[in-house]
Amino acid sequence: MKNTKRILNIISIIALIGLLFIFEQTFDSYKMRIVNLCGIYVILGLSLNLINGFTGLFSLGHAGFMAVGAYTAGLLTLSPAMKQMNFFMKPIVPFLAEVEWSFLPALIMAGLVTALIGFLIGAPALKLRDDYLAIATLGFGEIIRVVFTNTQSLTNGALGLKGLPTHTNIWWTWGIAFITILFMVFLIKGSYGKAFKAIREDEIAAEAMGISLFKHKVMAFTMGAFLAGVGGALLGNLLGTIDPNMFRFTLTFNILLIVVLGGIGSITGTVISAVVVTVAMEYLRVLDEAINLGFIRIEGIPGMRMVVFSLLLMIVILFYQNGLMGSNEFTWDWFLEKKFLKKSGKKEVKQ
Amino acid sequence: MASMTFQVFMQHLTNGISLGSLYALIAIGYTMVYGILRLINFAHGDIFMIGTYVAFYGVTLLALPWWLSFIVAIIFTCFFGMTVERAAYRPLRNSPKISVLISAIGVSFFIENLAIVVFGGRPKAFPIPPMFNKIINIGGVSIVSLTFYIPVITLLLLMGLVYFIHHTKTGMAMRAVSKDYEAARLMAIDVDKIISLTFGIGSLLAAVGGIMWGLKFPQLVPLMGVMPGLKCFIAAVIGGIGDIKGAVLGGFILGLGEIMLVALLPALTGYRDAFAFILLILILLVKPTGLMGQKLTEKV
Amino acid sequence: MSILRADNITMKFGGLVAVSNFQMALQEGEIVGLIGPNGAGKTTAFNMITGVYTPTEGQIYFTEEIKDSQGNPSSHEINITQYRPDQITKLGVARTFQNIRLFKELSVLDNVIIANHLRIKSDVISSILRLPNYTREEKAMIEKSIHLLEEVGLEGVMHEKSSSLPYGKQRRLEIARALATNPKVLLLDEPAAGMNPKESLELMDFVGEIRDRFKLTIFMIEHHMQVVMGICERIFVLDHGVTIAQGTPSEIQNNEKVIEAYLGVD
Repeated sequence: MKNTKRILNIISIIALIGLLFIFEQTFDSYKMRIVNLCGIYVILGLSLNLINGFTGLFSLGHAGFMAVGAYTAGLLTLSPAMKQMNFFMKPIVPFLAEVEWSFLPALIMAGLVTALIGFLIGAPALKLRDDYLAIATLGFGEIIRVVFTNTQSLTNGALGLKGLPTHTNIWWTWGIAFITILFMVFLIKGSYGKAFKAIREDEIAAEAMGISLFKHKVMAFTMGAFLAGVGGALLGNLLGTIDPNMFRFTLTFNILLIVVLGGIGSITGTVISAVVVTVAMEYLRVLDEAINLGFIRIEGIPGMRMVVFSLLLMIVILFYQNGLMGSNEFTWDWFLEKKFLKKSGKKEVKQ
Repeated sequence: MASMTFQVFMQHLTNGISLGSLYALIAIGYTMVYGILRLINFAHGDIFMIGTYVAFYGVTLLALPWWLSFIVAIIFTCFFGMTVERAAYRPLRNSPKISVLISAIGVSFFIENLAIVVFGGRPKAFPIPPMFNKIINIGGVSIVSLTFYIPVITLLLLMGLVYFIHHTKTGMAMRAVSKDYEAARLMAIDVDKIISLTFGIGSLLAAVGGIMWGLKFPQLVPLMGVMPGLKCFIAAVIGGIGDIKGAVLGGFILGLGEIMLVALLPALTGYRDAFAFILLILILLVKPTGLMGQKLTEKV
Repeated sequence: MSILRADNITMKFGGLVAVSNFQMALQEGEIVGLIGPNGAGKTTAFNMITGVYTPTEGQIYFTEEIKDSQGNPSSHEINITQYRPDQITKLGVARTFQNIRLFKELSVLDNVIIANHLRIKSDVISSILRLPNYTREEKAMIEKSIHLLEEVGLEGVMHEKSSSLPYGKQRRLEIARALATNPKVLLLDEPAAGMNPKESLELMDFVGEIRDRFKLTIFMIEHHMQVVMGICERIFVLDHGVTIAQGTPSEIQNNEKVIEAYLGVD
């Protein structure tokens, strides 16, 4: 059984790599962008799920974390010449003017800086609970955005950064998404992950079991911030342009949508839902645009797409509270069992 | 600062008071709902927006006299708020808190996006009846009449609300539900009806606030409720959520604080929207239950 | 020296005095009962001892045993009044709750494994990378938890969701979970609540058994007089936050104040 599972794992990894390879060969740049976004949303969804789903901390500051990551990586990878072009209102702070890092260290730095910010925000905010925490983290997210809009010589203010090197490709996004999945699986399976879940289930009981609430909450929050920062960095270097207004609460909402649809507290659920939601968001763009059926032209309604999505979220939360997977996971055991049971069932029928 | 004359200071002060009154009016809706359901009604800011738009269409599209249009808008918003509660919150009455919060965010996004589709994304100019636009001169300080009307209307509504809550049977039932939900149910109080009514009253105040907001900042966009919504929730938290006096206090602190920050430290104007959040975080860290809130302890 | 000692602890909520001047000392190996009518402040006393509440007045001491470099044990008393619940559990004071607080969505085994987490030495990074130092610890944790479940007779339902267990088993699981933290003192908050007389008697035996097997000192709140009188060596009686009596079961049974408090004679 253990061997079968190992083989199945290897086969699926090879299949995934093969699939990405085929995408790279056959897809145009528009479709490639969607594949990239899927990978990024897998990372972001998992990072929000770590905080909200597994540890039960209702945090709404993800857009702020992404902004920190995107700006850190952006400023580190932007060439000195491009920096000069970007910062025409006010020159950039000297220590960043001549910096040009390659992508991997910039990504790691983006994660670390965001983790640090996450820690600094989490340390005071995590003393709060439930909706108070929600509104405080939302507030911090907004503060980050407002600060970025006003620190002209560091972030170029409302003008944003243009001409970022577009390092991000599917190998980066899906490679990191894959590492994130492994990270989450091992974290949640382990003792610390169990402690997180205990906090989610019952804080008072968890504390009575000797689990330091503060330490574990800050830990989960900081790790989630790290991943969100990396996700933001990948997004920035995918789009090539970032500005503070990109990182509004709507962005957090999109990620929340992914987590809720996939099932709060399910890794596989989040992965599936990240891909489905991202593809659907693109696919449903037709709602916003005019459709020409040859004989008749249906005018699109700008914004209809988001109406559909918010309605979808409402339906899920009202009628299918557990989302796609609940807090369950897709496992080979489950898969094999189901298949074998079916087979043996058939045999019985024959006899 | 030294260069600021008495007149200019008074202008800022009256401005702060009228902004504070608006915040207070909207904050009451948050605080009342929170007091009963322990829920942030994220859609409250959008209900406020709906009120303003309906008043706008009443005047422009239906060509109603402005006062009639305002009354229609207030009544409509009242029912709209109750509908939101019925559709998005009532089905989740016994669900985990996180689901209800997500539902609140979801319904808020739904209303906003629907508003973009229905009303269009382009800003609309709110028509201002002349009586709100007069310049009045009090002791050398000239203010727009609206700046004077806003606090007065707020005060009248507040007095009405306090009377309703403390001196009517329904108001008493409302207080009972907010103290102990289950006990109130056992006392044969129709809890669902009381909750619905609470949303209705909160939405009514939001509509009045929205219309006055429209008169003060006459530019309507579908997302106009988001920021005031967040700020007024913050005002409610600062004052001590669940407490009406607290909401009023918080509203005034926030309104006056914002105006004075910009007036006294013009360099920080860009940070105006962050002011509320910074204040919120400071208050939560120092006194998590707000200035007038009572401590809620979980039974172990 | 007593292992756990409360020195005149008082808890006030606003104007309400929930517990006033509670004085108590537990000797190692004892089973001590805490009884009193509803609302007498028993659970509040527990909450102060376990750090959920910080007493308004008074101090709480725990005697810690430490070994010096030669391995000679010595003990000293530390003041735990200001400690957080998790710190107190780490020192060796575990508890159960009046209204069972299991990790409902998690399996029976996970409930017990989580209670081992407080003694973990590996950091989170080694747990994610599954380094040998972590996997060794994890293996030991799982083995210990399974062993513990066997001892309390729950090994058969190990992989079931804890909330799916019948009431009596949930109580047992809660005790097993508390035992997994390696306590020296165990506080049980109404362990026999909701049990029929037969189950209560079983529980009584069980409490005695674990006291001997795990070398525990037990402090328990209980309403079933049969249970309290049957196993407690000493009993404290609280009424309206005040300790109205203490002594052996027979002394308590004949104490007039206690009878008054229970029967409500004016």
